[in-house]
Amino acid sequence: MHSGGVPWLTLLLLIPLAGAVAMYFVTESTARWIALATTLADLFVAVPLWWLFDPQTSQMQFTEHVAWITAPPIYYSLGLDGISLPLVLMTAGIMPLCVLASWTAITTRVQGFMAMLLVMETAMIGVFIALDFVLFYVFWEAMLIPMYLLIGVWGGPNRLYAAIKFFLYTLAGSVLLLVAIFALYFYGGHTFDILALSQGTYPASLQMWLFLAFFAAFAVKVPMFPFHTWLPDAHVEAPTAGSVILASILLKMGAYGFLRFSLPMLPDASHTFAPIIVSLSIVAIIYGAYMALAQADLKKLIAYSSVSHMGFVTLGIFVLNQQGIEGAVLQMLNHGITTGALFLCVGIIYERTHSRLIADNVGLASPMPQYATLLVIFALSSLGLPGTNSFVGEFLVLVGTFLWSKVATAFASLGIILAAAYILWMVQRVVFGVPLLHQIPKLKDLTKREFATLVPLALLVFWIGLYPNPLVSKMHQSVNNVIASMARTKVAPTAQPSAGEAVPLLAGSAKPLKTEDTPQ
Amino acid sequence: MSLYGPDLLALLPELIIVATACLVIVLDPITPASRRDLLGWLSLGSLALCLGLTMGQIGVLNIRVSAFSDLVVVDAYARFWKVLLYGVTALTIVLSLPYLKAERIHLGEYYGFILLSLAGMLVMVSGADLLTIYLGTELMSLSLYVMTGLNRSKPRSLEAAAKYFVLGAFSSGILLYGISLLYGMAGSTKLASIAAAIGTHGANDPLLLIAVILVAVGFSFKLAAVPFHMWTPDVYEGAPTSVTAFMAVAAKVASFAAFMRVFIEGLGGLKADWSLLFLLIALVTLVLGNLVAIVQTNIKRMLAYSSIAHAGYALIGFIAAGRATGTSGGTPGLASVMIYLALYAFMTLGAFAVIGMLRKGGIEGEEIEDFAGLAKRQPLAAFLMLLFMASLAGIPPTAGFIGKFYVFMAAVQVGLAWLAAIALIFAAVSAYYYMRVVMVMYMREPDPSSIVPRLVTSPALSFLLACAAGGVILLGLFPDPLVSFALQSVLTLK
Repeated sequence: MHSGGVPWLTLLLLIPLAGAVAMYFVTESTARWIALATTLADLFVAVPLWWLFDPQTSQMQFTEHVAWITAPPIYYSLGLDGISLPLVLMTAGIMPLCVLASWTAITTRVQGFMAMLLVMETAMIGVFIALDFVLFYVFWEAMLIPMYLLIGVWGGPNRLYAAIKFFLYTLAGSVLLLVAIFALYFYGGHTFDILALSQGTYPASLQMWLFLAFFAAFAVKVPMFPFHTWLPDAHVEAPTAGSVILASILLKMGAYGFLRFSLPMLPDASHTFAPIIVSLSIVAIIYGAYMALAQADLKKLIAYSSVSHMGFVTLGIFVLNQQGIEGAVLQMLNHGITTGALFLCVGIIYERTHSRLIADNVGLASPMPQYATLLVIFALSSLGLPGTNSFVGEFLVLVGTFLWSKVATAFASLGIILAAAYILWMVQRVVFGVPLLHQIPKLKDLTKREFATLVPLALLVFWIGLYPNPLVSKMHQSVNNVIASMARTKVAPTAQPSAGEAVPLLAGSAKPLKTEDTPQ
Repeated sequence: MSLYGPDLLALLPELIIVATACLVIVLDPITPASRRDLLGWLSLGSLALCLGLTMGQIGVLNIRVSAFSDLVVVDAYARFWKVLLYGVTALTIVLSLPYLKAERIHLGEYYGFILLSLAGMLVMVSGADLLTIYLGTELMSLSLYVMTGLNRSKPRSLEAAAKYFVLGAFSSGILLYGISLLYGMAGSTKLASIAAAIGTHGANDPLLLIAVILVAVGFSFKLAAVPFHMWTPDVYEGAPTSVTAFMAVAAKVASFAAFMRVFIEGLGGLKADWSLLFLLIALVTLVLGNLVAIVQTNIKRMLAYSSIAHAGYALIGFIAAGRATGTSGGTPGLASVMIYLALYAFMTLGAFAVIGMLRKGGIEGEEIEDFAGLAKRQPLAAFLMLLFMASLAGIPPTAGFIGKFYVFMAAVQVGLAWLAAIALIFAAVSAYYYMRVVMVMYMREPDPSSIVPRLVTSPALSFLLACAAGGVILLGLFPDPLVSFALQSVLTLK
């Protein structure tokens, strides 16, 4: 069933898990090396997929399909398409950097920390490659406890509050997802197969309820305004690696959920709710940016900028056209790379000065030139400077939004201007201020290890910024597939079969798919 | 004698258990204190024998055998519960061996009572007559009252026993009153006759409704469903921990088994009425159990409220069965309850084992705060407790998730999606208090001025924890054997 006989995706899941088990038997110093070796091994399994992947088809690739539970039929079913491939690669790529970033920052219970990181890796990759809804849910929930421990055990002073807040928010959001999965099972022909459920047709009223249940789970994870309040706490209190995982990968799962489930399975409800979600996204973009302006803590600043940037992602998804969705997927990666890198930068400076406040970390350009250079690169990428990765993503999202509504585009663009304001202001103080005298002895420039964690991300910033085509072409067919599945109405037998063609570009404003009168 | 030969053969496991119980009580005075372990091992041996017998019956004659002119029935449903009860009792005895010694109450008759209680439970799960079931319930409960008060030097233990006895006797009276009304209506206490009488009389007799309510109340006491749960926290807290584990698991399992048989086989014709009644009970049970558990500082009390909440979840599966239509419509619901309780047994026993053996000097550490810093001192013990807590909270990939999965799936299938949604939201609430234990273990430092509690390990405890953790992980990842066993054993709702 799988390409070339190699169960690539199972390997991706098992390698980190094996590493996590090994942590029980090793000492602290070996734990670091084993974790690094494990994550690198996983990366080496993941990278060949980039070339083995066939971009000409929207079919799932590298599929594996094994019966797991017989009654009801649940399968261990895995596969990759153009949307999940980049996310899996990013996850596999970020994790070794997380291990490196924790090399000296984590000094207590190192084995446990590394084990949790590795369990997280399995769960996160599992979320992106699961093709069975129950399997997806298992991975989705399985990451709660490791993340809870990462924040709560190795986090900052207010970690207990932040950890339980993260845990309860995300758990409460996702329990309704389980009810929705059951409802889909009984309406969608007694299957949990995600692809089969995406072909199904569901009554309009059911779609509304399911959409709300999905929304509760995914919006908390993204997080969308007004469900974002766990994010600043969790980001600030988490250790550097935890913040990076949260920002780079965890937040993407919500957006991935919208793309994989809400749009293809519930197209009519997606059309109906699109204006609301677009509005919430724009509020998030502007509100996040305003909040970022006001922060004195670097991590909080980046956390709120995440809210703003993830607003672009949900905006791109729910304008429901090709440019918007491709921009959104690209923006998911960009945010992962750029924000992950910014959190790494904050972690590096925190290890030196033991403060995350902007006021304590000023004027780093002369004592730490390498660091300052990289920080400026990531900062400029974060504000979407042309030539960096975020520009491409935000541009595509805004083009998509323009096709949907000009007013919305104008408001969303405001977010970019504000991003320039808070980022440049931060850079001005942190990089170009006058260093504090008592801090100067602590401000040593990057070590080789730290350099190695940041440079790959800087290269990605420019690669995606200057030549995004290889990446975009990989996701093209899969995004088209989502659009195509949106284009035909999914309401159970209906009298408006031809409405589909014009929908993707004009949806939302005109509500062409009024479905309330549909007979069931 | 020859007249009853086949009947006695059907009841062989129960007879073996009762005989062993008597043997243990007789041997107790002549066994030196240092060798009381042998009594525990003797009890374990009898359980292994019974397990073999019942498993053999599953393979050879998977049919319904009635004995003593339909007072007792040995069917697949009874066998499922019997196997589960043997397992739970055996694990409880394994826990009792080190626990009773640590508490200095290592009395031989304890094993006798635990076996007598088990005999009562076995009668409950295979009773086909209300009076048989009542007798089984009483045998179970009377033994439990004694075991609760076993720790004679502790006033709390005695108080718990007295409370349990008074409230238990009260609930038995209510149950018996309901049974007598049913007898008045049907002229028999046999479940089959009652079902037939309901079929001919129709379901609108007000006396019948009163009888159903009384029987429901009687069983709700045993299940510890709100508002008949008042005894639970005090009794769970006061009883020796091994007894608490036995009550929280075995007594609950047996009560559910008998309860479902009575309401499905006897009162199945009234399912529209009782499913509504239990819907209300399940809702308040969920809400109250989970909310009150949040404020507990004693972990045994917390688990008492948590066990109340779990009875609420299990009831949802039962309600789903009551709401289903068609002859096999109730199967998913009933099977989900059986799966749920079997999985609940593993995680609850595991949690109580850790609590019982967490010793602060000579005494038991039963405050949640006593777990502070356990992860640093004994990482494996803390990890196991984390596993049991995650499973109780229903987080995948543990067994607790599988249990909730089947229960809520059955609920959604019969159109109770709103009930599943409410229950799941309260499951998220429950995660708060389960995770608090994890938080204390992993993120708190112990108070330096007091004695630091440690998990006192022994081979018996290691075996028990390995079984419990293995069950929680393996059945969480591969529930198929349990699910198919439950589906084969399920009752048919007429």
